[in-house]
Order: sequence, then structure tokens, then C-alpha cells
Amino acid sequence: MIGGLSIVFLMTALLTVAGTLAAALLRNLVHCALSLTVTFAGLALLYLQLDAQFAGFAQILVYIGAVAILVVFAILLTRGAGIPEYRSYGSNWFAGLAIAAAVFALLTWAVMKSFPATAAVASSPAATVQSIGAALMSTYVLPLEIVAILLTVALIGAVIVAMPEAKVSNSLTEKAGER
Amino acid sequence: MSFFSDLDQVFVLLQHWIAGLFPVWLQPVVATILGVIAIVAAFPGIFAVTTVLERKGLGRIQNRLGPNRVGPLGILQPVADGIKSLTKEDIVPLSADAVVHFLAPVVLVVAVFLGFAVLPIGRNMVLADLDGGLLFFFAIGASTELSIFMAGWSSRNKYSLLGAMRAVAQMISYEVPLLLSSVVVVMITGSLSTVKIVEAQGGFTGVLPHWYVFTPWGFAGFALFTVAALAETNRSPFDLPEGESELVAGYFTEYSGFKFALFFLGEYLGMFSIAGFAITLFLGGWGAPFSFLGFVPSWAWFFLKLLGAIAFFIWLRGTLPRLRQDQLMNFAWKFMLPMALLNLLVAGAWRFMGEGWLRWVIAIVILIGAYVLLGRTLMRKQKLGARSYRYAD
Repeated sequence: MIGGLSIVFLMTALLTVAGTLAAALLRNLVHCALSLTVTFAGLALLYLQLDAQFAGFAQILVYIGAVAILVVFAILLTRGAGIPEYRSYGSNWFAGLAIAAAVFALLTWAVMKSFPATAAVASSPAATVQSIGAALMSTYVLPLEIVAILLTVALIGAVIVAMPEAKVSNSLTEKAGER
Repeated sequence: MSFFSDLDQVFVLLQHWIAGLFPVWLQPVVATILGVIAIVAAFPGIFAVTTVLERKGLGRIQNRLGPNRVGPLGILQPVADGIKSLTKEDIVPLSADAVVHFLAPVVLVVAVFLGFAVLPIGRNMVLADLDGGLLFFFAIGASTELSIFMAGWSSRNKYSLLGAMRAVAQMISYEVPLLLSSVVVVMITGSLSTVKIVEAQGGFTGVLPHWYVFTPWGFAGFALFTVAALAETNRSPFDLPEGESELVAGYFTEYSGFKFALFFLGEYLGMFSIAGFAITLFLGGWGAPFSFLGFVPSWAWFFLKLLGAIAFFIWLRGTLPRLRQDQLMNFAWKFMLPMALLNLLVAGAWRFMGEGWLRWVIAIVILIGAYVLLGRTLMRKQKLGARSYRYAD
């Protein structure tokens, strides 16, 4: 225990932060995407350390298994993976730094404010899959249905965007082909 | 009888005895390390045997002998292959991305080995009895897709990239029916833990076992899961990404020597782990097929079933032609996904209808009806006439 935090937590946090820094600072876009995957894995490890098994494995399944693949596909299909021709740092980096510092301060304030007054280690309720399922079906059924509708809308939108154009007139193309 | 129960638990007893030689605070670590050593020794050993079985089996299906030079009937072929792959020069293309190129096979093999941790190989023989074992398995399986992309992209080779994109598209498409067909098992068992799923299939009515594959929804789920598993591991007839006649070797074109062997190992081990998972979910895990065969050790049943699954996969590889990319995707999204969703419905109805012959009839009618309807609807546009042959003159 170093400074009240366990060694395992410090290693995982180091891994996560290193992955995030690499994702922000590397020059090659696909390297950035792969470092982001390391970050996701670090987050999953943090969930697992907190005994949230379902959240940890779902994080791996959804983020590493789907979101990371989505990111790399997006990079590949939009020609962003070539040799980087742009400068890594824009000209208004100071404004970016100020805004990032402000956001960090806000988040720190929110986190510190939410610590309980007593530092007693209360027995946390076991977040078994069964209890998560029961909660999803009873207390949180409306968010579940809304998320399902959102995903369906996204799926339909993706299909519509990717659908090939309907053929306008076949006769014209056939005549052109004959000649 | 005590001899047979000892034989059943022989590996567990061995693990406890070896761990007992160490001080108390070290014992859990040693026990886990022993389990890991057992997995790392057993499954690559099965991999070596499978390479020979596959080449001989495919050879026989194709009316030729397989390898028969090294050792009697060619059984020592894996040794020759191993020595060859270790001593080959490791060629990395000059413009390839060296770090990602190196890490791709490592990520694949690590992810695949992790998947073996939740397979119950025998009674009390699971490395990690996780509450969400099924979810862990699928999460790790999803991570293998990333390594394939890394391999294809880092080679800076158009064919590799094309093969990698096809492979990843195929794997994500078939991930959905894979998960949905296994959700049925979770619904009926009431738990995500692989140990509990195997134990729920442990009973016998008379002589016949309670395996899930012998129920209508279980059979449909097993069929869907097997097809999706074949596609997930890029195994024929879904091996377009590594089609030898189309893409040289697909995403591992630029790998030579030991890295190629690692990819090969990773692919076959993925096949074993997903076959083992299908056995756990649908075929009763380590359970005996008949109640009077209970004296055979549980781990022997698991490996026999695994051998049967491997033989089935090899048979499929030698028999079925390869599917084209658009045929693959259509099959996944238009046929397997609706069938998997319908299977969920049927399993739910099964669960709440209570015992009796009525639920069997309704389940079978719905599933067969859906299969026929869906099949006919999707084949309307295909104009398949009589086969025509062209012979060489």
C-alpha cells in the first residue's frame, strides 16, 4: 500500500494513463487506436478490482471487442492511416490546455465532494449478475427500452447510409452496353 | 468404486499433493500455477496431434495419403513442423510496422489461452470458477479480432489488409448469432457460470442424459452455435479470409517461421476452446452420455467429446466448399440472426409451459416451420437450376 492505494491499483492506473497519453500523443493514427484499446483494458481491470465482474467483462466485450474495431475501421475507411502530414500540435494549444485544466478541476471537485463523511468500509452489496438482471427488468426497465430503441435507430440509420443507390434506368445502361 | 472416483479426481488430488509441499501462504498460487501448466501442456499437445489428424484426414477425404514420411504413419510430423518453424528465418518486411507486427501473434495466443480458464474440463477441474464465466469467454473471444486486424494492417500489404478486413467483418457478424444462441442456455440454467451450466445438465431420466442438445431449443442453439463458432475461428467453410487460392495466406501472408506457427497455434487453440465451450453449453460438459457409463472419468468424457468435435470440424473442412464473402454475410444477418432470436422465444415458451409433450410439439413445430420458411424466402432470388458439368476434352 503506497499512499493509501494498493500496488495493483497503482499499476493498473499507470497502464490506463499511459495508454491514454499514448492515444493522444502518438503520430500514427492506428497506433493511437491501439493505445486506446490498452486504455479500455486498463479500465476493465479497474472494474474487476472493484469486484464488478459483469461491468469489467462487459467493458472488454463492448469496448475492446466492438468500439475499438469500429475506431480502426473508421480510420481505415477514411484514409486517415497514411503517413501523417499534419503537425501534431495546433497553434492554439494554450487554450486547449486551459480548458483541459478547467475540466479536470471540475471533475476533481465532483469526485472529492462525493466521498462519504465516514470512511467506514461498508459491506458493498454483491453485484451479482442476477441482481443486475433483476434491477434491469424492474427498476431500470425504461432506460433499457430506450437504449434498445436507440440502438435500433442507429442500426437502421447505418443500413440506410450504406445502402447502394437504387438503379435509375436499366434500359439506358443496356443500350450503352450494346454499342 | 473408490478407485473410479479417485481416477476421476486424479488431477485434482495431484494438484493438492504438490501444493501441499509448499508453505501455506504459497499454496493457492502454486495450485493456480499448476492448473495453468496443465492447460499450457495439454492443449498445445492436442494441437500437435490435431495437425497430423487433420492432414491425414483431409488426405483420406481427398483420396490421397496424408504425411507418411516422418515416423510410423507420419505421426511424428508435428515434431518436424515444430523444428522447421523454429529454425526458419524470421522475415519482417522493411516497411512493416515492426512493433504491431510483433505484437499481433502474441495478443492472439494470450487471448486464446485466457479463454481456457473457464472451461470445466472435469468434475472440480476448472481453473477459474467465475460468476460471469460465459461473459468472460465471449469478451476474450472478441479480443482476438483485434489481433487479426493488427496482423493484417501492420504488414503493409494490400492482400493482408483485405484479408484482415474480411476476417474482422466476418467475425463481428457471426459474433451476434454466437452470443444469442448461448443466451438460451443461460436463460434455462439461470446462471452465467460454466460450472453451474454443466451441473444443470448432469441429471439422467432413466438412461438418457439431460443434455441441452436433446431439447428442441438446445438442438437449434447447438447448430447455430457450431456454425457461428466455425465462422468465428475462420475455419472452413468460412475461411475466405485465409483462402489459399484467393489471398495468398490472407492476414498472415507476411509472417514466417515461428510467428506463423504462433498464428497457426492460436487459430487451432481458438477452435479447441470454442468447441470445448459448445460441449460445456450444450453437450453436458464432462457428463457421461448414459447413466451406466458414470465410472469413466469426467475428464475423459470431455476430451472424447472434444475429439469428436475436432473430427467433425476436419470432416466439414474436407467436404464443404468455401462460402463467398457476400454469401457469408447474408447467411449471418438474414438467416442466423432471426433463427437465434426465434430460438430465444421458443426457449422462453418452453420454460414457462411446464412439463409434458405439448411444449415439445410446439417448440419443434415453430423451429422447423421457421427454418423452412426462412430458407425458402431467402432462396427465392437465387436461380439454382439443375447442375451442369463441363468436362475437359
